[in-house]
Amino acid sequence: MPVTDLARVESRPDAPTGVRPRAVRVAGPFAAALFLLAVLVLSLAFGAKQLSPAEVWHGLTDPHAPGYTVVRQIRLPRTLLGLLAGAALGLAGGLMQALTRNPLADPGLLGINAGAASAVVSAISFFGINSFTGYVWFAFAGAGAVSVLVWAVGGGRGATPVRLALAGTAVNAVMYAYVNAVQLLDTDSLDRMRFWTVGSLASARPATVTGILPFVAAGTVLALLLARPLNALALGEESANALGARPARTRAGTIVAVTLLCGAATAACGPIVFVGLMVPHVVRALTGPDLRLLLPYCALLAPTTLLGADVLGRVLARPGEVQVGIVTAVLGGPFFLHVVRRGRWARA
Amino acid sequence: MILRTPGGWSVRVRTRALAVGALCLLAALVFAVVAIGSGDYPMSPAAVVRTLAGYGSAADAFIVEQVRLPRVLTALLTGAALGLSGALFQSLVRNPLGSPDLLGFTQGAAAGALVTVVAGGGSVALMGGAVAGGVATGVLIYALSWRQGVHGYRLVLIGIGVAAILTGVNGYLLTRADIPDATRAVLWLTGSLNGRGWNDVVPLLVAVTVTVPPVVLGGGRGLRMLEMGDETAYALGVRVERLRLMLLAAAVLLASFAAGAAGPVSFVALTAPQLARRLTADPGPNLVASLCMGAALLTGADLAGQRIIPGHQLPVGVLTGVLGGGYLLWLLATQRRRGRI
Repeated sequence: MPVTDLARVESRPDAPTGVRPRAVRVAGPFAAALFLLAVLVLSLAFGAKQLSPAEVWHGLTDPHAPGYTVVRQIRLPRTLLGLLAGAALGLAGGLMQALTRNPLADPGLLGINAGAASAVVSAISFFGINSFTGYVWFAFAGAGAVSVLVWAVGGGRGATPVRLALAGTAVNAVMYAYVNAVQLLDTDSLDRMRFWTVGSLASARPATVTGILPFVAAGTVLALLLARPLNALALGEESANALGARPARTRAGTIVAVTLLCGAATAACGPIVFVGLMVPHVVRALTGPDLRLLLPYCALLAPTTLLGADVLGRVLARPGEVQVGIVTAVLGGPFFLHVVRRGRWARA
Repeated sequence: MILRTPGGWSVRVRTRALAVGALCLLAALVFAVVAIGSGDYPMSPAAVVRTLAGYGSAADAFIVEQVRLPRVLTALLTGAALGLSGALFQSLVRNPLGSPDLLGFTQGAAAGALVTVVAGGGSVALMGGAVAGGVATGVLIYALSWRQGVHGYRLVLIGIGVAAILTGVNGYLLTRADIPDATRAVLWLTGSLNGRGWNDVVPLLVAVTVTVPPVVLGGGRGLRMLEMGDETAYALGVRVERLRLMLLAAAVLLASFAAGAAGPVSFVALTAPQLARRLTADPGPNLVASLCMGAALLTGADLAGQRIIPGHQLPVGVLTGVLGGGYLLWLLATQRRRGRI
């Protein structure tokens, strides 16, 4: 496993502290990209019908190949959607952990995905909007409103991890009760969004992918631009001011980026937990706290995690499948418990 | 107020706490009578009381005894169990947010129940599954948060994590069930009292009558001392570990049986002790007041759920979820200002 190799290189006692060894800087992104590529191929190859790499290649390039329909119409959109949504969730998680200085921040746990979900459910049920481009705006509104709400209830700048987690749990509970109520009152909409409330990539269509692409791209660019001011903000309010970063603008920008990323990801594949929590933690062990390194790594490794979970879900229950949201909850939960048990603030 | 007997025994009675408990009980009974009287076959409250006392017409007696009374009794008992369980948890973890539904115990009970649904079990098996699941989750959370003692915040965070995992597991179990079973399970997961019969009431009634008297009579005093800290309580003659284990077991049992009867109804266990505490103005565990408050809240919520949207029956869990969640947010906001959480 190159990841553990890299971690070992980094923790070598003779390695200079603060400066990453050159090998890690060069090999790291390369290895991460390689991983992602491998998972992309797996995601195209596995499913109800298993294809060899050669068949995948033919299916991608040759319209007359037997695998063309499966690969181009079903698995390619699904894989691309996983790539975009994964990157969005990973970046959002990294941004939130940096902004709140909270190791437990995750767009799913803090209720932001649930906020987007309940807005989308309202759009489908009350306004009869069924197209992705229609309800994505509702998702943004819901995600934005909940990020501000959780941030405010959780204590704003003085938020502690416990308080934010509790505020998020409360918001989650309210939102899910609302979603349940709407679904029970309106059986038609229950049928239309059953797939969606678990968190799944299975419904991906080419239009969904092109629909979220601009939003994820905008969010990604904004996130990468924010890396430097957020780094400065980590030093504290005064130092950040002295370094020329504008704290208020940076915070507002971060919330906008998180809203864009979470809203787009949730609108496309439903609320997914723990991806945004796990990936930044693993990456931080690799790169250290510098966001200029951390965020690009998140954007590479989070899709790897999400697609890996998706492939796992497809393999485990063949010929059916386990939705990716369920796989990430079951795999990511123990990771969360580990972080809690290890954390020093939980001992206080 | 202190009552003394000629034999030299004395007992301290908190008048306000007693009054609050009595008022909540009264409210619960009024809701119950109104709930029994309302529906497609309306009955006046007087008729309901007459029927309950055994002097009603045959038709009234059938409707009340076979259809509406089991549901109302389930609501009363579930609410009481949840209220008491919430009061015990909040006192034991010394955190106003330590309720079984935020800490994952309810989700554990739901997972146990879903396993029996997937395996094709009936209503008795479902209740057994819920109890087993709740107890197993209780043991798991306790073990995971143990590190030189169980600490409040760690228990809360571990519980939130376990709750998130179990939500995923429950989603998976739902996809494994057949369509009719899945429909039944979805309604059950929301927390609903629709169609509850006597076979739902009896196990719950047994659980409540077995657990409540020893907890309220034997545990209330010790719990009050336990809130002062383990060492102080020990010095005052409380067997700390034994008491804590007993109360925790009782709380988990109550929450599990409640979930088995009505599904994972959210937020009653959280709000009932909080409201009771505000009304009694007593910082202690408020066990009896919380119990009565829980019964009143759940019965009232079920009644409102049947009435609030004409032509639709909202499951009680939806109502408590929306109202209780809003209350929790308000609680977080105000407690934060006072620096308590």
